[in-house]
Amino acid sequence: MNPDGNALLEVADVHVAYGKVEAVRAVSLHVAENEIVTIVGANGAGKTTLLNAIMGILPLKGRTLFAGEDMARLDIEDRVAAGLSLVPEHRELFATMNVEDNLKLGGFRMTKAANAASFERVYSLFPRLKERRKQFAGTLSGGEQQMLAMGRALMGAPKLLMLDEPSLGLAPIIVADIFRIIGELRASGVSVLLVEQNAQAALQIADRAYVMELGEFILNGPAGEIAANQRVAASYLGFQHEGESPV
Amino acid sequence: MNTTIMLFLVQDGITNGAIYALLGLALVLVFAVTRVILIPQGEFVTYGALTYASLSSGHVPGTARLAVAMGVVAFCLDLYAGRRSLHRRLVGRAVAVNIILPSIVLALTSWTAGHPSGIAINIALSLMIVAVIGLFLYRIAFQPIAQASVLVLLIASVGCHLAMQGFGLVFFGAEGQRAPPLSTASFTVGPLRFTGQSIAVYVITAALMIGLWLFFGTTLTGKALRATAVNRLGARLVGIRTSLAGQIAFLMAAMIGAISGILIVPITTLYYDTGFLIGLKGFVAGIIGGLVSYPLTAIAALFVGLVESFSSFSASNFKEVIVFTLIIPVLVLRSLAAPAVEEDKD
Repeated sequence: MNPDGNALLEVADVHVAYGKVEAVRAVSLHVAENEIVTIVGANGAGKTTLLNAIMGILPLKGRTLFAGEDMARLDIEDRVAAGLSLVPEHRELFATMNVEDNLKLGGFRMTKAANAASFERVYSLFPRLKERRKQFAGTLSGGEQQMLAMGRALMGAPKLLMLDEPSLGLAPIIVADIFRIIGELRASGVSVLLVEQNAQAALQIADRAYVMELGEFILNGPAGEIAANQRVAASYLGFQHEGESPV
Repeated sequence: MNTTIMLFLVQDGITNGAIYALLGLALVLVFAVTRVILIPQGEFVTYGALTYASLSSGHVPGTARLAVAMGVVAFCLDLYAGRRSLHRRLVGRAVAVNIILPSIVLALTSWTAGHPSGIAINIALSLMIVAVIGLFLYRIAFQPIAQASVLVLLIASVGCHLAMQGFGLVFFGAEGQRAPPLSTASFTVGPLRFTGQSIAVYVITAALMIGLWLFFGTTLTGKALRATAVNRLGARLVGIRTSLAGQIAFLMAAMIGAISGILIVPITTLYYDTGFLIGLKGFVAGIIGGLVSYPLTAIAALFVGLVESFSSFSASNFKEVIVFTLIIPVLVLRSLAAPAVEEDKD
């Protein structure tokens, strides 16, 4: 299921279970280089579980390839080293350390020279972080924390950035900012796998989309088509076409 | 009690308190990074002290051989853990750290035992031996269960303490030992007599604390350890290996324990099981610091030292009782002040 043949991330027939409860069933997806792919779906559909399993935080059954390499035996740390990065739903910042140290640790595996360049890149993407660089991460606002979490991930120079609900709990103006930056990331050669409940914003920015429901993908295709799909429109975009019942 | 006696007691209390402070800091460090309550901290003290004493009297301490044996076990564990993706770098690293490192230490120790050697060499060797044991202790006993609950880790910790104490009896015998002091110089200020050893205790404690502060505040490795303590998942997501952070924390705790041991063995006779009680007093300080605060732990340790010296003067039969009773009001206050903390499951 990979028409381009140059997928950066390829996930095939993946199952994730919490004990006996399967939270993700037979899911396959791929992300090509320089592509923004989104997974949309309601709360509890299994989106976060899927991302965590791809990152290696949760065990999964199935095949996961990253840049052509089997990830089955890789720890989280090995996956980070390979260029896969996750900005988790709860951000997982180092709350009692300042912004600069958080970013510095984001580049933990990188050389000093690479870090200097990354600092500049992150500060130009998020000027707010530069203003707050001596402030503790725990004292930042929600939007700033999200920026810091993304900045910290970018310090590791990932090939694929997985974002879990970056807009969760943020003011609309900040959400717009974050989505603009996700667009800019692609321009700088980072692929993005975006999990969102805010389907409207996500579908606008993404190239392709998967719709997840109760642990399975029920639809996938170009983001424009998905956005135009009536069932998706009814369930996730919050409006119905008159006179037509959602399928 | 007159002023002179009081000054003596204060001096004594601060000397002991400095040692407890070092141990308390090591406990806080290990707990923050690995969630292990390090009961065997006291064994690091005994091992350091008695290894140094053995070396000073020209024997090869059993701890050097223990380090090699633990290295072999750690090597097998490393190979087993990496069995599905054995590549040359992994095996090379495992051989270098687990086999070559302790072998070199043992070789150096055996060679030194045959030649009269200075205090500095004996101290350096003792530190190396105990540091290596600390590293392997984490690799063997705690790394395989690193994700377990605090309670499971505590039980493993008690097991390590009992095992290491047993080994201590085998290696060093039941007799107490003393070792030569770092310096025999002394001077008097008013009624107080300062020995070179007690000055060494103050200076080395202060230097270690400043060193730790710089390490955690300025180096990337130090910050990575703090990051692991603050947010384990966050640390893993930026590529900091929890296992490596744990090994470094244990290595540092073992070194600190050994330094404490070497500092006190010229002052007091140490037995194979003395370390436990000394470690417990560091633990009292650590608890007063909530197992998170370094400065509070250091201050609490001085307080513990003072309470101990004053109670050993006025109620010597009850001195341990009084010191350990300190924990109860602290725990009550802390449990009243702090909201219920759920143990994080990651």
